[in-house]
Amino acid sequence: MAYEISLLIVMGISITAGLSLNLITGFCGQISLGHAAFMGIGAYTSALMTKNGFPFFPSLAAGMLLAGIAGFFVGLSSLRVRHDFLAITTMGVGFLFIGLVRQQDALGGEMGISGIPDPGLGKIGFLLLVLGCAALVILFCQFMKRSWLGFSFDVVADDEDTALLMGLNVTQFKLIAFAIGTCLAGLAGGLYAHNVRFIDPESFGFIESITVLSMVVIGGIGSVWGVVIASAVLSVLPLWFQFIEDYKLLVYGLLLFSVMRFSPGGLSAIFSKIFTRSLK
Amino acid sequence: MLFLDLLIQGLLQGSIYGLIAVGLTLVYGLLRILHVAHAGLFTLGGYICVIVTNQTSSFLLAVLTSMILVGLAGMIIYRICYQPILDQPPFVPLIASIGLFIAMEELFRIFFGAYGLSFTELPLQEPLALMQINLKQAEWITIASSVGFVAMLAFLANRTKLGLAWKATVTDPEIASSFGVNIIQVRYLNFFIGSSLAAVSGCMMAVLNNLVEPTMGSVPSYKMLAIIVLGGLGNVRGTLIAAVLLGIIESYGTIYLDDLLDRDSIAFVFLIIALMIRPQGLFQRH
Repeated sequence: MAYEISLLIVMGISITAGLSLNLITGFCGQISLGHAAFMGIGAYTSALMTKNGFPFFPSLAAGMLLAGIAGFFVGLSSLRVRHDFLAITTMGVGFLFIGLVRQQDALGGEMGISGIPDPGLGKIGFLLLVLGCAALVILFCQFMKRSWLGFSFDVVADDEDTALLMGLNVTQFKLIAFAIGTCLAGLAGGLYAHNVRFIDPESFGFIESITVLSMVVIGGIGSVWGVVIASAVLSVLPLWFQFIEDYKLLVYGLLLFSVMRFSPGGLSAIFSKIFTRSLK
Repeated sequence: MLFLDLLIQGLLQGSIYGLIAVGLTLVYGLLRILHVAHAGLFTLGGYICVIVTNQTSSFLLAVLTSMILVGLAGMIIYRICYQPILDQPPFVPLIASIGLFIAMEELFRIFFGAYGLSFTELPLQEPLALMQINLKQAEWITIASSVGFVAMLAFLANRTKLGLAWKATVTDPEIASSFGVNIIQVRYLNFFIGSSLAAVSGCMMAVLNNLVEPTMGSVPSYKMLAIIVLGGLGNVRGTLIAAVLLGIIESYGTIYLDDLLDRDSIAFVFLIIALMIRPQGLFQRH
């Protein structure tokens, strides 16, 4: 039972992380290759706070806030550069984050932070918290998609210049998307830190950013349920099949490549294609 | 002497960066693709070099084999990976390329082991003093080959019909093809040349470290993106200047910035600052 619980916890955290990137990359069309850095900010903030005696929930909230603020500033870069340039910039932010953390003794440096205290909710309680967060994020994304904010994001993602012509405040929408998305990434990071109870710079490196991105891309950029399913499956697949753990990156890499090569719309595009065909 | 030593180490690192980055910037200039998997070809070049040298004990033969095989591999990657998705938005080939690169690294690990390979007998180790600078032969050759290949490339681009066709294709593929340039051939050739230059730098890296490992491309791959952006995408001269400058800055940075940042993130500080100030790159395309 304990094993199933930990699988579900990993799943829930991945769904939160996947959807948080989907908000930025999917809904608003701003590609980010440094998303793990914001999870890292959430994780380090909350871990350092609970280690210094602060209670769990305020620490988690502080992590989210800090990640969101950092995301807002990184979002400013999306006003300057677009598309693949934005991808490189955010990737640079990701590398910069690790590079900084590695050399700071206060942040545990290369060794990371171990002995992060238990949130004190019990295994089941923590599971409920994680699943509750994931469910709230799913609901929030569904709601977003249908709100005027979601529609505006959609226009920005489709064609920025048209959005400008229509009188939309593109600047504002991009910054909102970055702030909300990275704030939720901070949540995922805080939960991760208190689940594993050990963090080091490598846990938030480029590979982690790519893992989150592959969840979004394989699920279908911009689709909520596609991303939920892809995050859930991709996060536990390596744990279920031990042989995949050894070849995990090979599988991720090939999946990422094949999805982009054969169906850039991801799972959701494949499903909707099959579905519309069967309706005819 | 520390000052001079650091400068030379920086130059050395810069020439390796330069050789990889030139191939990348050629691909970007032609196809507007950020070809991350290029660093996988760099690693492949290193592996072929070590394996062939160990089998035949001829380093020169190894470098030539590596250049040809990796050049062909580059053409295959273009055909299989990029050609079908050229009309997609730019992030599609970028993510595909990242996926391919990760898969390549894992394949190196699975086939050749996680701990890498070394030369049984390390070539080019005799010290050689020129202008009172004492370096190993391998280090001289690295700098010389970088200068030599780039000069050759400049000659090819500026003085031959082939270069004219290449430049025409970069400027406007449709008009170039209506003037009788076979743009498909130009693209293949572009990938062949760029990839074989990456192979050369892989070989030199292998000799300098006496080690090739599956992850040897992972830091260069992303740093190269920073370099070609700083160099003004598609601009060969700018890319080289950026590569050498970065090599030198990193070399000093490891001494003076070590408390704040690790070496590999220095490139990205410059990248972010430069992109925010000049989104079109430091050295703008003509």
